[in-house]
Amino acid sequence: MSNSAVDAHKPHVAHEVHHEELGFLRKYVFSTDHKVIGIQYAVTGLLFLFFGFSLMMLMRWQLAYPGAALPLIGGLFGETRMPGGVMNPDFYNELGAMHGTIMVFLGVVPLAVGGFGNFVLPLQIGAQDMAFPRLNMASYQFFFLGGVIMLASFFLPGGAAQSGWTSYVPLAIINPGQTAWLVGMVFLITSSLLGAVNFITTTIQLRAKGLTFMRFPFFVWAQFVTAFLLLLAFPPLEAAAILQLMDRLAGTSFFMPAGLVVSGQIVHNAGGGNPLLWQHLFWFLAHPEVYVLILPAMGIVAEIVANNTRKPLWGYRSMVYSVVFLGFMSFIVWAHHMFMTGMGTTMAAFFQTTTMIISIPSVVILTALVLSLWGASIRLNTPMLFALAFLPMFGIGGLTGLPLAFNIADIPLHDTYYVIGHFHYVVAPGTIFALFAGVYYWYPKATGRRMNETLGKIHFLGSFICMNVVFMPMFLVGLAGVSRRLYDGGATYAFAAPVLHWNAVSSWGAWIMALFQIPFIINFFWSIKKGEKVGDNPWDATTIEWAAPSPPPHGNFAVAPEAYRGPYEYSVPGAAKDFVPQHEA
Amino acid sequence: MDIPYTVEVRRDTGLTNGKIGIWLFLASEVMLFGALFASYILIRTGAADWPRGDTILNVPLATFNTIVLITSSVTMVMAWASLMRNQFGKFRLYMGSTVLLGGVFLVVKYFEYSHKFHEGLLPSSNNFLAIYFTLTGLHMLHVIGGMTVNAYFLGPGAKQWKTNPTWFANRVEHSGLFWHFVDLVWIFLFPTLYLL
Repeated sequence: MSNSAVDAHKPHVAHEVHHEELGFLRKYVFSTDHKVIGIQYAVTGLLFLFFGFSLMMLMRWQLAYPGAALPLIGGLFGETRMPGGVMNPDFYNELGAMHGTIMVFLGVVPLAVGGFGNFVLPLQIGAQDMAFPRLNMASYQFFFLGGVIMLASFFLPGGAAQSGWTSYVPLAIINPGQTAWLVGMVFLITSSLLGAVNFITTTIQLRAKGLTFMRFPFFVWAQFVTAFLLLLAFPPLEAAAILQLMDRLAGTSFFMPAGLVVSGQIVHNAGGGNPLLWQHLFWFLAHPEVYVLILPAMGIVAEIVANNTRKPLWGYRSMVYSVVFLGFMSFIVWAHHMFMTGMGTTMAAFFQTTTMIISIPSVVILTALVLSLWGASIRLNTPMLFALAFLPMFGIGGLTGLPLAFNIADIPLHDTYYVIGHFHYVVAPGTIFALFAGVYYWYPKATGRRMNETLGKIHFLGSFICMNVVFMPMFLVGLAGVSRRLYDGGATYAFAAPVLHWNAVSSWGAWIMALFQIPFIINFFWSIKKGEKVGDNPWDATTIEWAAPSPPPHGNFAVAPEAYRGPYEYSVPGAAKDFVPQHEA
Repeated sequence: MDIPYTVEVRRDTGLTNGKIGIWLFLASEVMLFGALFASYILIRTGAADWPRGDTILNVPLATFNTIVLITSSVTMVMAWASLMRNQFGKFRLYMGSTVLLGGVFLVVKYFEYSHKFHEGLLPSSNNFLAIYFTLTGLHMLHVIGGMTVNAYFLGPGAKQWKTNPTWFANRVEHSGLFWHFVDLVWIFLFPTLYLL
């Protein structure tokens, strides 16, 4: 449809915001500036990561020393949850469900997409802001409310959700605490939806002159594909959440079979529901969600690897095609989470094939990043250390996933600690290391100061060792057949006895890792005021975000930047410097 | 600071930000209703017996409602077309009719619902009614949402016609796209629930 008829009218766009006059509230709380929103997301995300980690540290006590009273802080959790400092199974289940939910939906995604996406993406494409600044603000507010509901659910009658982050039915419909979880999820889904619409529109419309899609930094590509996953995969979970809410509140039986007996009582409902339906709807979101967790991390690592090897990325085009293919394929692999449900071998064969196929683009990206290191004189600063650690850690996570992708091999491994080890290698030392790398790398852009390198290296080394101490033993425990759902870590099963001591090793790894986060926390706050002052481009980087002042003002660039070349022109033969920025003619 | 391409189109994409935004939003809505329709298929194919819609639901009322919604889609287009022809008076007439027809739809739906409740037919009665109430209920929320936005453009939002008519026409067009989508969902819901 054409707008030519009204184009004759001269558009007068009123200045809605004069940033010079903004008060504290409008500047830091109800801001429409993508950078402030990005930092809000990032800080909230980091806090939730730490909170989710704390829940896990409590669980690790029960797993390492089942039935023992938690020393020092055991009394803080009340007689209903931890009588005499000993954890109740219900509380353990609450912690488990909320650890997963918080880490995925309130920690990693908000930091990776909401934080880095909001802060970096508009700067990297040379935009002044996101396409819909007020939607952007609303997106953060929905996320924040969703987070508050999730946290508040611990204090509601019935407590927080206890049915795992997957909320499998019929358990989730019978268990207390689930309603708040569902309502919280609806808020988080709305937030992601608004964010995704905004990211895609911004990338297509607001990129600088000359910045064609094949000149995008890889990070922009990763966020662009991620936004499509959020846009299209989350609504089915919203549908599923609505159906589960109906089952809980209106007494419908979408997921409830007839004649279910709970605690010796028959549940009165119409029946005829399908528990598998929930799993299909849930994993239709949650498998793309895995790529929502990993793609931004790959984007961050690509930026940092190119910058610190002082070389163009090896195989940029293949990486771009791979990430797009990965995004597409991620929609048709979901039922590999469901091999054990009895959905049938035809389905299993299909999904095991697609799962094999989706590993190819991941391997292409990882290989391209590894080959980019070849022959480079690598700068080993803190962001690069984390980025380098990402490569083998994600590699371990990916390779240990292959046996799970095969229907046959999955049968003994399903729901054991092996699975926990596998996906934590992808997400914890994988994605979270990449996120740390991103924090160290873009911190100078956000504050004008660099974080302390010594503290950063202590943080890195401690976290790197501890991560492996936490997760490597899980493969051993899992291969011995210990289920991931056991409240006592497997102590009641004789077959688990030879591997049980590894539970304590994992736990001590987690607790010591918490200590190694202290240098990071100190560094993060100390460097705001006391960090080494640096210029606009402290890493001698080529991408457009470094053309803006540090910290960038509202509106980002004094003059709208223009892109003249690809994103990674490092060490160009004959050039005066070893880097030629995209925005320099 | 103004965001570019809110009012004028970007030359190489030929689109405004709002146009892309609304289509992306509709894509996500397709996934939402798509998932619910898929759930319907899965539950129905797994059911031992499933009532035909017309044995429980009121087909003439729903047919009337289908006509109402289709008419409102036509008036929605006319409202936008009136703006493009610079006839603000006609815009008010057509936009008013669109909101009104949305209201008629809701009133009819209210009678249908209360009749069912009166007969003791609740979402918990069986899975046919469960999916009927869930799908039509969610659709009604969308009707209410669309009506709210349209009413805003009829009332306080109409001031923008004086200051920035191009932008106003674009926003009405985007609201219209949403309204057509709501209409389209009903066109799928009607045969699925009432006739099959």
